[in-house]
Amino acid sequence: MLKLIEELCTGCGMCEDICSFGAITMDDGLPVIGDECTLCGACVDECPVSALEIEKLRHEKEDLSQFKGVWVFAENRRGILSPVVNELLNSARGLAKDTGARVSAVLLCEKAEKMVEELWEHGADDIYLLEDKELVNCSDVTIARIISDLAKDKKPEIFIAGASSMGRSMMPRLAARLKTGLTADCTSLSIGVDDNHLYQTRPAFGGNIMATIICPDSRPQMATVRPRVMQKAKRVAGRKGELHTIEKKSIWFNSGINFVSFLESEMEKARVGEVDIVISGGRGMGSPDNFELLYELADLLGGAVGASRGAVDDGWITYPHQVGQTGCTVAPKVYIACGISGAVQHLVGMQGSETIIAINCDEHAPIFNIADIGIVGNCMEIIPLLINQLK
Amino acid sequence: MNIVLCIKQVPATTKVDLDPEKGTLKRQGVETAVNPHDLYAMEAALSLRDKVGGKVTVITMGPPQAEDALREILAYGADDAILVTDRAFAGADTWATAVTLAATIKKLPSVDIIICGKQAIDGDTAQVGPELAELLNIPHVCYVSKIIFDTNKRFCIERLTEFGHETVDVISPCLITVSKEIGEYRVQSLRSKLGSKTIDIPQMNCSDIGLDATQVGLDGSFTQVKKVFPPPKRDTGRMLSGRPEDIVDELLKELKIMGVSTSCSN
Repeated sequence: MLKLIEELCTGCGMCEDICSFGAITMDDGLPVIGDECTLCGACVDECPVSALEIEKLRHEKEDLSQFKGVWVFAENRRGILSPVVNELLNSARGLAKDTGARVSAVLLCEKAEKMVEELWEHGADDIYLLEDKELVNCSDVTIARIISDLAKDKKPEIFIAGASSMGRSMMPRLAARLKTGLTADCTSLSIGVDDNHLYQTRPAFGGNIMATIICPDSRPQMATVRPRVMQKAKRVAGRKGELHTIEKKSIWFNSGINFVSFLESEMEKARVGEVDIVISGGRGMGSPDNFELLYELADLLGGAVGASRGAVDDGWITYPHQVGQTGCTVAPKVYIACGISGAVQHLVGMQGSETIIAINCDEHAPIFNIADIGIVGNCMEIIPLLINQLK
Repeated sequence: MNIVLCIKQVPATTKVDLDPEKGTLKRQGVETAVNPHDLYAMEAALSLRDKVGGKVTVITMGPPQAEDALREILAYGADDAILVTDRAFAGADTWATAVTLAATIKKLPSVDIIICGKQAIDGDTAQVGPELAELLNIPHVCYVSKIIFDTNKRFCIERLTEFGHETVDVISPCLITVSKEIGEYRVQSLRSKLGSKTIDIPQMNCSDIGLDATQVGLDGSFTQVKKVFPPPKRDTGRMLSGRPEDIVDELLKELKIMGVSTSCSN
């Protein structure tokens, strides 16, 4: 519950101003907390005299000191580690340095081949490996069961995975199985100086606020990490660690989900979530044919083509390319918005980009408010010129 | 078929204004809406019911005013609704939310499928669905783009990952989270709209679902918000102007500075 310490309160009203939910009203110089309160804690941080506090019941749990080590989920597909794994390893090394722990990778695959060396050379001390044909196209439920049994046995203090489709489906299942907390889509992880908890920072409300979250009473502390945000681990050739094999249990594979087929679709071609440069088009491109120019530009710059919801809804381009609230969230190095006005639903999907370049004929388009470089002009004039210059 | 649809009431926009002087969040309007992703989940639920018969029960955990969100879904044609509400639920993280929903669903007559939106636009965690499935000990599939129910009481489900479309065969009961690819949602029919106003929406509180106040809300949560702060401010951008040729030259220079390879790599 949100508690007011009346003796400390000066009645300044800052809590009323900051509450995003309209849950606080000042009455006779004191804040009154209404039913709308979601216990988000914004007012507690804001109060200059610390007159507000949130009391949370502490759950007496098992001895937390028995949990040790930072674990990384080594997501892979067809014998290749997902690029986010190197980012996770680098982050894990940083966390392990602060806690004096070992870094372990959990590798579940058909054939490990080069992946073991790659994990060692990028910073893993231990690798827990299960090699099995049944792991090809197995369900996220199965993966969660395997890691759950392993984690119950080995007791890691921290477990992180990439915030991929797989990570974001498997990790909540695993967290619930381990009865612990999980923070989604983190953009920064660090160890608290005073309390040694994992400080997990993530954007919320479509990136409009940032929240730092801790998991004080249960272990492991779990997080999914947004790909392409953290730095990659440097490869140390010849670095080696220990390999531990996991013994297979057939019960893991009886998940109620059976693989039928896989269709490499547009999504693989779209790749908007995994490239350094995204060139996105909106209705301002004028016609579906004009999107060909965006593909050409994307090829020249080594990027991928994204789109606004409007362009997708009009059938100019398929859904896997959609960037925004009901599409993908992207955060490339460079985002070039062509003929996109910049509705808030689009902005929440791309405002994490390092540099935003906007080309639009309407100088009042909201996209210019967040663009680093704005060009008021006709896309069909600018883009062909740009393509010619690049050629 | 008994279909349970889980929805969330969220702030109507995700736009949060920052006070430029204090760098803090400014109070915004408290207009609410049904989470946009949940409307696609709703369409999946309603069209499944229309094909195979049965009913769609929509549930939400939230404050008393979340009843508005339930009525909105009823107006699209859901059959009944339950509001799971209690002051004790405030401050729930995804785990405590899943615990609450799981306890509620266990009170319902046998459920064949639970359908959720892929994520909510306020928290953007996408965690409650899979956590709920684990607590109910049923399989889950995320980012579903198509559902076919076959005669063997199994669902043939297609889902969209970053690599493509995967088709899986799933037993019933199960839980799915739905992406926009399922198809555009219907419009509210006049009949459902009128009917939705009078349907009785039962409320369930913490003790109705058989939970203790320490298991739900903030007290039942594993995670805790330590700090909320505005994101780093973007530098003010610059506008390029002049002849299109000059703009393009300038743009190429900028791209080079950003480290973008501007020489043809193929």
